[in-house]
Amino acid sequence: MAQTIVIDPVTRIEGHAKISIYLDDAGAVRDAHFHVTEFRGFERFCLGRPFWEMPAITARICGICPVSHILASAKAGDGILAVAIPPGAEQLRRLMNLAQIVQSHALSFFHLSGPDLFLGFESDPAKRNIFGLVAADPAFARGGIRLRQFGQSIIEALGGRKIHPAWAVPGGVRSGLTAEARAVIAAGLPEAIQVAEGALNRFKGLLARCEEEIATYGQFPSLFLGLVGEDGTWEHHGGRLRVMDAQGNILADHIAAEHYDELIGEAGEPWSYLKFPYYRPQGYPEGIYRVGPLARLNICRSVGTPVADAELVEMRQRAGGGPISASFFYHYARLVEIVAALERIGMLIADPEVGTGPLRANAGVNRREAVGVSEAPRGTLFHHYKVDEDGLITYVNLIIATGQNNLAMNRTVAQIARRYLRGDRLDEGLLNRVEAGIRAYDPCLSCSTHLAGQPTVELALIGPDGTVIDQIGPDL
Amino acid sequence: MSAKTLTIDGQMVSAGADESILQAAREAGIRIPTLCHLDGLSEMGACRLCLVEVVGTSKLQPACHTSVAEGMEVRTDTERLRAHRRAIVELIFAERNHVCAVCVASGHCELQNLAAAVGMTHVRYEYLAPSCAVDISHARFGIDHNRCVLCTRCVRACDEVEGVHTWDIAGRGTESRLITDLHVPWGEAASCTSCGKCLLACPTGAIFHRGSTVAELEHEPTRIAAIVAARSERW
Repeated sequence: MAQTIVIDPVTRIEGHAKISIYLDDAGAVRDAHFHVTEFRGFERFCLGRPFWEMPAITARICGICPVSHILASAKAGDGILAVAIPPGAEQLRRLMNLAQIVQSHALSFFHLSGPDLFLGFESDPAKRNIFGLVAADPAFARGGIRLRQFGQSIIEALGGRKIHPAWAVPGGVRSGLTAEARAVIAAGLPEAIQVAEGALNRFKGLLARCEEEIATYGQFPSLFLGLVGEDGTWEHHGGRLRVMDAQGNILADHIAAEHYDELIGEAGEPWSYLKFPYYRPQGYPEGIYRVGPLARLNICRSVGTPVADAELVEMRQRAGGGPISASFFYHYARLVEIVAALERIGMLIADPEVGTGPLRANAGVNRREAVGVSEAPRGTLFHHYKVDEDGLITYVNLIIATGQNNLAMNRTVAQIARRYLRGDRLDEGLLNRVEAGIRAYDPCLSCSTHLAGQPTVELALIGPDGTVIDQIGPDL
Repeated sequence: MSAKTLTIDGQMVSAGADESILQAAREAGIRIPTLCHLDGLSEMGACRLCLVEVVGTSKLQPACHTSVAEGMEVRTDTERLRAHRRAIVELIFAERNHVCAVCVASGHCELQNLAAAVGMTHVRYEYLAPSCAVDISHARFGIDHNRCVLCTRCVRACDEVEGVHTWDIAGRGTESRLITDLHVPWGEAASCTSCGKCLLACPTGAIFHRGSTVAELEHEPTRIAAIVAARSERW
């Protein structure tokens, strides 16, 4: 009899989700669904608002990556004003995005995935959390917390607050960087780089023991999408869109943000509020692609800074060459990106002229439609707005990083279930591994459905006739 | 002008015969919360936040609209008044769509300050959640009816200080809406001189600079009184 396994709720991710594993008549895993179960509706209730307010409104989608939404929204606003923002504002927006990458990646690696990686995937769940990590290795955990704090402190220095800084606005930014703040950032950099490199070394030491996880936590060919610079280097805020296939062929390149819909289609499924973006030329669901740290490091020619470039070369060697198809390497890529971001922060603040001069361009509504794109920590983020002649929003489409990894996350769950499900019963081991597999993508469900809720996942096992055979999760 | 002596919150106060309880209290350093009152403009009595108890009458009286009288005994801060004021502020929040987190006036808003002052922790009334328009057709200013509290300070500033009466109120009750001229988009209101006094007078983020982003709007309501005072001295 075919059956279904449900994991509900999934823990240590940003948002609320549950997972259903479907069994066929032979008891083998037929399919798996990663359900995102709550709805928010930002695309609807932003209608009628002045586009100037959109960065701060959309920032409220998420408390982890408000900066990403503020920046993508402000860029869409720049497009409606039809202005090139002042160079100082561009530099400061980049500085804030780099800080956002550092703080969010540190949160994902140390706080959320660190317990799985360093305490063991099947270790006691009561201790497999950040507190367990602090108890087991206080210096390492403290380093991670300090690294996140460093990123947050830069965001605060620029925007006046760590979370939801109403700072980047259509046309530029609202305030500059003081000399004192610059000095504080410079003083904190060496420790941050030391922590990031220490974590990289620790992770490399883990790889040899994780062959099975590498092979089953989302190891499959897919496309990769992200921004790259004009010369193909790693990019996080400017640049243009590139799509690469699993063999490293570039399928689309130098695509401007406003043509995103030529690349990306959005499908829906009745069992999840999270949309399923796909690469339009290949159709749904064949056009499965991944975004985020691994995708960015797969599609770029080089990172553009010395330490991160050396790390990228080593990561590709360790993975057996690029593009890397194993999602377990998202963790690795995240650490390389922290190093890259720290190096670039160092370069930016070394220039005493950075962020000086005019910071905000003034203009009216000069274009009725615009797309802002920026690399959020979890991947490429699109804000697409249309406005009426006065600048009131008439259309909003948001394409969020986690949504773009939706097909890949579903496939990852199925792959892990096929490898680790024994019989028709759920156990802690399977729950832990499915959750850890999902966590590699660092999904932010609050953003991607534009959903609210407690961070949790539930797992259900479902038979061919639709009956729930078994369920497991913290509340069950 | 004869003086009147009265008691406010147990304090003996002397005031001019043509003064209101609100004026007398302020001169004595006794703070009564207000929203529709703005120095330099006529009194409206629209918000009822300045209601006070006058001994000898069971009805609560608006301090802004009640003249002082000899021997009057006024209480401005009783349990009953505090409950009324909190209810009034909650009703204002329930009537439109006030979202401080993404409002241009957050941190510089009289309604937000009042909510804190009266100890509002939540709204006990069902939100009406009306569908309210935003009008940014004017080249310099915008109005978001979601944030309007119908205090009419803009109407009075426009009429009494600028002298053009572009603003008025249309409709009744909860359907009341500010309008410009004969209910045309602000950008088409021929009488508007674009002076910005309505923006100075507005207590919330309802009237704002076009292009304002969140928490960016700083009001200068005292400038209305300064303009009025400067004019009276010159003329």
